[in-house]
Amino acid sequence: MRIEVNGKPIDTSAATLEALLDELGYRGQKAATALNRQFVRAADRATTAIAPGDAIEVVMPRQGG
Amino acid sequence: MAKPFEVYGEEIASRLLLGTAQYPSPAILGDAVRASGAQIVTVSLRRESGGGRAGQDFWTLIQSLGVRVLPNTAGCHSVSEAVTTAQMAREVFETDWIKLEVIGEEDTLQPDVFGLVEAAGILARDGFKVFPYTTEDLVVAERLLEVGCQVLMPWGAPIGSGRGLNNPYGLRAMRAHFPDAPLIVDAGIGLPSHAAAAMEMGYDAVLLNTAVAKAGDPVAMARAFALAIEAGALACRADPMEPRDMAQPSTPVLGRAFAKDDYA
Repeated sequence: MRIEVNGKPIDTSAATLEALLDELGYRGQKAATALNRQFVRAADRATTAIAPGDAIEVVMPRQGG
Repeated sequence: MAKPFEVYGEEIASRLLLGTAQYPSPAILGDAVRASGAQIVTVSLRRESGGGRAGQDFWTLIQSLGVRVLPNTAGCHSVSEAVTTAQMAREVFETDWIKLEVIGEEDTLQPDVFGLVEAAGILARDGFKVFPYTTEDLVVAERLLEVGCQVLMPWGAPIGSGRGLNNPYGLRAMRAHFPDAPLIVDAGIGLPSHAAAAMEMGYDAVLLNTAVAKAGDPVAMARAFALAIEAGALACRADPMEPRDMAQPSTPVLGRAFAKDDYA
């Protein structure tokens, strides 16, 4: 299915947010996630299903002012 | 050493809060933080590809500095963006502190104070300790305190402008109006003298980034700001004199050579 991750369209077969993060190489990384602009806790990723057209954000620590 | 100030029940010894962006290198960032003596540094969250190292490397550096982090919602233009970003930051940085920015205007990066108050209320009810980036508007400040903020961060000037304290009258009025709330001047500082001026007005602390990061020697500038802020805080406690309209000799007039009236 076609979804969007960090603003870019991708095709995935992952059924859950956790599976998607694994597929994209985020396993073990200090990342936070949002699905369709709503925060998804790390603990809820395994039970958060992904549907076609979903927009996912994956963010990590960065310099800030 | 300046007296500590208290925010959300935490005693903070350094009155300089430092941003971590725009430094020439991670090593210089680390040296600048150490030279500044800052105990609180601001950080952010940004998109990163899977397997990327930038975020992890940055986080490792920050952890090595032994400072407390204050995550921001920089770049958020709506209440929902700011709230979601704050929730993500709480999880990643493991802190309920959040520097809340809701930007309302691109040229000045002026806060959208209506969205700011709304987002601050949502976050405060969710257990966040909100540090709102606001203007010197007293009514907005009252609203922010009402919805649960225990600190206010009025701008000195637009973010990154280095213009100093654009509205000294407004900042003084804010200090006078809120004698007990911790007040931190955030943004627009360009020189240590600007920071010293904020402290002389009685502000509790100053938050800055670009003035240090974009200096030719960020480490030296970090130290200069630390000294200026400590000097300003000490000066405020020392109760500065009132300005006068007319000159008044500081050297005693009595006994001056060649005076005509000393023998009276």
